Amino acid sequence: MEAPTERSLGIVEPRTEHFEEPLRLACGRDFGPYDLVYETYGALNDDCSNAVLICHALSGHHHAAGYHSEADRKPGWWNACIGPGKPIDTDRFFVVSLNNLGGCHGSTGPASPNPDTGRPWGPDFPPLRVRDWVHSQKRLADRLGIARWAAVIGGSLGGMQAMRWALEYPDMVEHCVVIASAMKLSAQNIAFNEIARHAIQSDPDFSEGRYLERECVPAQGLALARMVGHITYLSDDAMANKFGRDLRSGTLERGDEESVEFQVQSYLRYQGNQFSGSFDANTYILMTRALDYFDLAREYGDDPVAAFARAKCSFLVISFSTDWRFSPQRSREIVDALIAADRPVSYAEIEASEGHDAFLLALPRYRDLFRAYMQRVGGGSQ
Amino acid sequence: MRLDLTHIQRWIEPGSKVLDLGCGDGEFLKQLRDTRQVRGMGLEIDPDNITAAVSRGLDIVEQDMDRGLANFPDQSFDTVVMAHALQAVHYPDRVLDEMLRIGREGIVTFPNFGHWRCRLYLGTRGRMPVSKFMPYSWYDTPNIHFCTVNDFEALCRDKGIRIAAREMVGNTQRRPLLAGAWPNMFAVTAIYRITR
Repeated sequence: MEAPTERSLGIVEPRTEHFEEPLRLACGRDFGPYDLVYETYGALNDDCSNAVLICHALSGHHHAAGYHSEADRKPGWWNACIGPGKPIDTDRFFVVSLNNLGGCHGSTGPASPNPDTGRPWGPDFPPLRVRDWVHSQKRLADRLGIARWAAVIGGSLGGMQAMRWALEYPDMVEHCVVIASAMKLSAQNIAFNEIARHAIQSDPDFSEGRYLERECVPAQGLALARMVGHITYLSDDAMANKFGRDLRSGTLERGDEESVEFQVQSYLRYQGNQFSGSFDANTYILMTRALDYFDLAREYGDDPVAAFARAKCSFLVISFSTDWRFSPQRSREIVDALIAADRPVSYAEIEASEGHDAFLLALPRYRDLFRAYMQRVGGGSQ
Repeated sequence: MRLDLTHIQRWIEPGSKVLDLGCGDGEFLKQLRDTRQVRGMGLEIDPDNITAAVSRGLDIVEQDMDRGLANFPDQSFDTVVMAHALQAVHYPDRVLDEMLRIGREGIVTFPNFGHWRCRLYLGTRGRMPVSKFMPYSWYDTPNIHFCTVNDFEALCRDKGIRIAAREMVGNTQRRPLLAGAWPNMFAVTAIYRITR
């Protein structure tokens, strides 16, 4: 159970690592130099056996837990699960959380200047695959002196990175935690991403991706993309519980011409605007494409069992009952492949009304199970 | 640990691979791991049990046996154990088939409904037995497929399942008097080691 007074990490500070040597990308290009911005929580132990890597999802970044300043209203995006006494316990683990290459929160991305032209990369930024992130994270691990992760952990797109880690660097991963994820996206899932990209690209301010050079941003398109995405991350029930048909303004009385605004409308608009003010459109396009292109087993003859046979780590897989974007069935496919590949695996489907976004919350069963599993990570109690 | 589990431990080879169907809080798998270096996996559906078993460092998969076991490859375990769950599954016969497809051998334990106390209860009161051991009313019970020792052995015969060993236990460490001679009447819990 949660302690009565929840301890927090307090103020955390991002750091930046510069990488001079180019990275060979899946697309064939050599990319670099580049920067990765990251945060760490907790202390690395003497034999460097307690390091945990957090891989972020589509709209995530390095700031996973704690606060940047006293004035911050909100903590990092996964503060519910990272911190002292929490499932990813910073009293025990040295947690590394980075902003992926191509991101827009400090790591080199489409909004960064292209050294050849001095102008923002924009649409010329190379396309990235999940494996490119994994390889760049490996370099960060080398830089931090981490030869082996006690655990690589991620939800959604982050879970894809965690699985890829287990296959690309099997000797560097002790435990792999895959939450609300999939071995590949379904057609429906790709379709939603395409709507998001289309919304951005059809905004006149998108300017073929060169909006920064023209000092504008496709705010409308990005907001619309986020609104669509946001709906898919919630469940019907979650939206009903949160908003129902409550009105924010106007009435539906007869004899009243005033148009009404539902709470859900204003919420979506707020979410869209918030997002478009803080996220780069080209990064959004790049990351949704990385999601679409990911297919864990493609290079293993489309056989997930053959893919996972490479892994040497133990797995924890978690899904949420009302998640329809990354449904429990997708997680069970991961588990079945792991069972068939004779890998150690634990799996639970958490009853939750919150849809895909449930993975960000500290739901009691989720939190307890996650914490129970983490006890065995990093040479803990057996 | 429950008596039936204490008995079946010795049938598990050290260092072998064991699948426990309905593993509860993982006490048995933990025991096998700690004392016999067994590599185990447990299936369970109760959320609290899953968390408890995972906190013991075990590999536990949330899966309902009634929805099949097709995700487990043929002969991928040395032993498949199902302790006190046979009477609670929808298709006990199919689960037995699956156990012997997945494992080299199976171990099954179940409460013997042919025990004289059950018969006496039903015979004298004319009602479905309720006891400390089987505390549920007929209309609200996880136990939907009670059987007797003789029923189970008849099913094994029909299916061509070989009974490699059997053990009849009572409520205490001591084997109940007469259970060897007349198990269907005197065994409280029946334990079978089965193969194809």
